[in-house]
Amino acid sequence: MSARAGRFRLSLARLWAMVVKEFIQMRRDRLTFALLVGIPIIQLTLFGFAINNDPKGLPTIVHVADPGPHGRSILSALRNSGYFRPTEEAASRAEIDRALELGRVQFAVTIPAGFERALRRGEHPAILIEADASDPAATGNAIAALSRVMTNALMHDRGDVTPAPPPPFDIAVHRRFNPEGITQYNIVPGLIGVILTMTMVIVTAMAMTRERERGTMENLLAMPIRPSEVMLGKIVPSIGMGAIQVAVVLLAARALFDVPMTGSFPALMIAVMLFIAANLCVGFTFSTIARNQLQAMQMSFFFFLPSILLSGFMFPFRGMPVWAQTIGECLPLTHFLRVVRGVMLRGNGFAEVAANAWPMVVILTVVTFVALRRYKRTLD
Amino acid sequence: MNGDLAIDVTGLTKAFGGRKVVDDVAVQVRRGEIMGFLGPNGSGKTTTIRLLCGLLVPDAGTGTCLGHDVLRAGEAIRRQVGYMTQKFSFYEDLTIEENLTFVARVFEMDDRRGRVQRTLERLGLENRRGQLAGTLSGGWKQRLALAACIMHEPRLLLLDEPTAGVDPKARRDFWDEIHDLADDGMTVLVSTHYMDEAERCHRIAYLAYGKKLTEGTVDEVVAGAGLSTFTVDTPGAGALSRRLQGRPGVDLVAPFGNVLHISGRDGDALRATLAAASAEGPAFAFTADRPTLEDVFILLMNQSTDNFA
Repeated sequence: MSARAGRFRLSLARLWAMVVKEFIQMRRDRLTFALLVGIPIIQLTLFGFAINNDPKGLPTIVHVADPGPHGRSILSALRNSGYFRPTEEAASRAEIDRALELGRVQFAVTIPAGFERALRRGEHPAILIEADASDPAATGNAIAALSRVMTNALMHDRGDVTPAPPPPFDIAVHRRFNPEGITQYNIVPGLIGVILTMTMVIVTAMAMTRERERGTMENLLAMPIRPSEVMLGKIVPSIGMGAIQVAVVLLAARALFDVPMTGSFPALMIAVMLFIAANLCVGFTFSTIARNQLQAMQMSFFFFLPSILLSGFMFPFRGMPVWAQTIGECLPLTHFLRVVRGVMLRGNGFAEVAANAWPMVVILTVVTFVALRRYKRTLD
Repeated sequence: MNGDLAIDVTGLTKAFGGRKVVDDVAVQVRRGEIMGFLGPNGSGKTTTIRLLCGLLVPDAGTGTCLGHDVLRAGEAIRRQVGYMTQKFSFYEDLTIEENLTFVARVFEMDDRRGRVQRTLERLGLENRRGQLAGTLSGGWKQRLALAACIMHEPRLLLLDEPTAGVDPKARRDFWDEIHDLADDGMTVLVSTHYMDEAERCHRIAYLAYGKKLTEGTVDEVVAGAGLSTFTVDTPGAGALSRRLQGRPGVDLVAPFGNVLHISGRDGDALRATLAAASAEGPAFAFTADRPTLEDVFILLMNQSTDNFA
């Protein structure tokens, strides 16, 4: 009876034994330690500087069959928009096709023969702009900018083209929270989540499988230490590690990318802790399933990919079908992204953070339950 | 319940994937006794030991270990048992002292520093306390493992092939230590492949294919096998060995240098065969000898293989 009752009693001494051991091992494993600090810095500089959702200066092939003044001013307007960069001139239709097929250019602009005359006669001639839309993200913004560019070019150039009558109402667009549409404002806060997902899951997934692979698991099981103590003992040192990573990324976000922190920092920190804990428990669960470190690594990546692709880090969450959004809702990163972007860009405080963070509590609880069920006291 | 028995289990059975690894095994070990488990690889020695200390849950079986029900009180048993695994299972990236401290903390021992210090002194490892366990030689690793296993003063020690890969001197020291512990009242269950180690046990049991084939003191086991052994001292032991193989009454032929051991369960048939072989020439002289434990075990091993073939 007493053995039963004692099952759920946590011993701080045993937990401490585990924590101390983990810290020592972590300290001895210099390479892993270096990676844990290095990964955030590398990823941040890499992705922070590299990813751009609004690509400009796209290579453009030009075919001018009518070298009139309007054609030229349209070309220069395209260039001035920043999106189009004329790199070559085509003498024929075939050359255009070839350049597009080879992927050498993103756009092809054709000013047809007789354009000038047709324009003067008010015949509404067409300029053909072909885009390599195999990557929609690369062409989208440029195409969206086209009509504005064209209208402005012609208005500026010719007083005699009658402007379209103004609509009977105005549309006022406010781009709030990120008026200049700076990609980094979106990417850098998200990177905190991505980096933590990657390192925290891997660290714990490896931690238990390492015990099993080195044969120390058998000893651990033979000693009077409880699953919850082993689990917490592995997780506590990693939380410290995660905190270091968060500090590195936040400092870099400020120093390198000028990302603002408009909301409540303490509220963000609470969400960060919750998020770290959730990821560690996911990693721990993997490690109770994986037979060796390779499997643990594979499972981590299996978890990591949907986390990046379905969480709204890379692609708009609302653009996904409902079933994909449902999967996304099960991932801690989805909720963390809402919190971190909310706090840093939208000035969120405790109330808003709580509204976005509670699903992480649910995920944490469920995963912890699974992990403790999976970690058996026996070798069966 | 027999208060004199540290381990008293019967009908112990465990199957993995439908294959019975331990099949209806009974183990009785008296307090303060050293019990040896022998048997070929995969005979269920390790599994039996894991069942006894609660690392595995038996499919069937009843009994007690240190007075606790083996099926239900794994937790209580674990606190009073020292289990030394076959493979070194302490942390190679921790120092000797850190490993001992970890164990002391997990068992929530009082006077932790004092105990660790005394253990280091007893091992003669004070000067190397800061050395990583992974850099120790096999013999030292084994001493460290034993020290860590007995630090919480268990009443029962389970040793799974503790001396595999350890040099003869270290093995001898190790067994002296085991005997000291047993003299102080600790019960020891040890699995081994070495015959000289088996002979240092109070009692031995032989397992093959999950079944216990025989049990008793060394003399009892040897006598119980009903084996007759003859020795031939001849320079051509190898050639003679090939000649005798498979003849009626010959169950086992094993050359030891120039001395050939020939054993069989049917002593008369064996004697007749040897006389006939000698008459065929070249002639040799054979003398009746006492079978060794090794002879008995190799015979048991051959027999049990036959049963499964």
